[in-house]
Amino acid sequence: MSALETSVKLRHEIEDFFFHEAELLDDWALDDWLNLLTEDASYFVPPTDKPRASHLDTLFIIADDILRLRERVLRLKDPACHVEYPPSRTRRFISNVRVNVDGDFIDARANFIVYRNRRGGDIRMFTGEYRNRLVRINGELKILERRAILDVEELGALGMVSFIL
Amino acid sequence: MLANGKLVIESSAESRFLVNREVFVSEDILKLEREKIFNRSWIYAGHSSEISKPGDFRSRLAAGRPIIFCRDTQGEVRVHINSCRHRGAMVCREREGNTRGFYCFYHGWTFNNDGTLRSVPGADSYGDKFDKSLLGLVPVPRLESYRDFWFVNFDINARPLIDDLAGAKEYIDIIVEQSPSGQMEIISGTQEYEIKANWKLLVENSVDDYHLLSTHITWMNYMSHSGVNMKRNKGALLPMQGRGKDLGNGHLVIDNPNYRGRPVAAWISIYGEDAKADIANMRAELAARLGEDRARRVADTNRNLAIFPNLVLNDGSSVTVRNFWPVAPDRIKVTAWCLGPIEETQEQRARRLHAFLTFYGPGSFATPDDVAALESAQAGYASWQEVTHNDLSRGMGKALPDQLDTDEEHIRVFWRRWSELMETQS
Ligand code: FES
Ligand SMILES: [Fe+2]
Repeated sequence: MSALETSVKLRHEIEDFFFHEAELLDDWALDDWLNLLTEDASYFVPPTDKPRASHLDTLFIIADDILRLRERVLRLKDPACHVEYPPSRTRRFISNVRVNVDGDFIDARANFIVYRNRRGGDIRMFTGEYRNRLVRINGELKILERRAILDVEELGALGMVSFIL
Repeated sequence: MLANGKLVIESSAESRFLVNREVFVSEDILKLEREKIFNRSWIYAGHSSEISKPGDFRSRLAAGRPIIFCRDTQGEVRVHINSCRHRGAMVCREREGNTRGFYCFYHGWTFNNDGTLRSVPGADSYGDKFDKSLLGLVPVPRLESYRDFWFVNFDINARPLIDDLAGAKEYIDIIVEQSPSGQMEIISGTQEYEIKANWKLLVENSVDDYHLLSTHITWMNYMSHSGVNMKRNKGALLPMQGRGKDLGNGHLVIDNPNYRGRPVAAWISIYGEDAKADIANMRAELAARLGEDRARRVADTNRNLAIFPNLVLNDGSSVTVRNFWPVAPDRIKVTAWCLGPIEETQEQRARRLHAFLTFYGPGSFATPDDVAALESAQAGYASWQEVTHNDLSRGMGKALPDQLDTDEEHIRVFWRRWSELMETQS
């Protein structure tokens, strides 16, 4: 294969991966979604005023290690997670996928729009960029780090980030 | 309506305390609140650490006004109203930075960082009477600070901040004593979000421990899955019970024994084995500096402090500074930060931030459920004409020292102050 064919093929594979991930999240198949992650994965939503900062010295919106992320999923599935009960209906659109291979890692970026719908005509639109660091484990793509960077300058009327972006 | 005092009804004989739900939905009441409460109370503007160097500035809102919180070239802290003296445009539109002055792009007037008007393009057209010295940025009427927390007051005749804070000062002291040098800092990263509810519900919620078990059960589950002891005695609402206290002038606190871990300095399993020795060292430093009793006060108790009317300092899983403003009867704009000792190492800082995010903020395991509760209550108040009152009677009839954090006496403190101010004439 030519270099071009290789890169097109990889991008295609990553796009399929993103689409599959989006489907699981929109279906609230959260345990299946966790299976897409490595055993040491992390998940970040940076603050709207410091979108490029590090969670080690900056207050994020979400900065989960895998332990807390698994607990987040447990919480989201619990009817006592009041903010997401009944669960929001979400629909995500993913585009502009860009892929960069960095040694054993694949850095995959994509633009997203996530609509979150709740009863009473409450529709909120979250837009931004995913920056995922992926690895292959036994040939399968897994997410090592997932970063959802929001475009808004402040959360404002978007309110809480209570589902998985 | 207000003069007959019916909005807040207190009957000691019947041990009932009722708040008319109209106060959560009425535009007229919000208008009065702005006039009688927000225009006359000390409103949080910022923390010294946010403008540590000369020229540093932050632009934000205080009681709805656009302000510039800055340190001028001479090092003096100032709060200018962020509106050009010419025809009103904001002279600072950046969130933060460092500058010698502020430039109004509309017609090009420029101001020094001490607020004085520096230059006016085409000044000759104004004639001889034009006096630049009278056209500087308008300072807020009053600006005072306590332990690096800066407050403004739009009432020139307000009593001094230090007197107004009354018993709240002691609790600010305890928070600040976490730092060996007595210097705390606002950590980078701001949480800014809105809640579709009345602002007074957020005051209540910030100091309400009655709701923990039912609203935050998923957080409690997370804590116990992570190895933290969340066992409750039979019939108890919480693993450990604290007290609710009146601090004077509408300020109030819940003062609780810690069970949930504290970055300074009470280890829990979530921090990891590696952190044990580090936390023990911090604890020893506290004891050496403050004595064992005071160290215990700082490290083994938590406090949610509500400074009337719209600042909350929660010192528990971490320290949060939470400021809010009602943009409408049913909408609050919230700005929240994390506060920590300036001496913290990278590891300590990361630990504090991790702990913060478990409980506080829009992506945490607790705040979103608080917001859901407040929004649910607000939606319920559409029926304020049929279901007319909120009940805040818990603990009534008990002696003051027996008022638990899960009682509502401290929340009644807020309401008494609220109605006192709302009923003042003129
Ligand atoms: S409004 Fe500022 S220069 Fe005219
Ligand atoms: Fe809460």
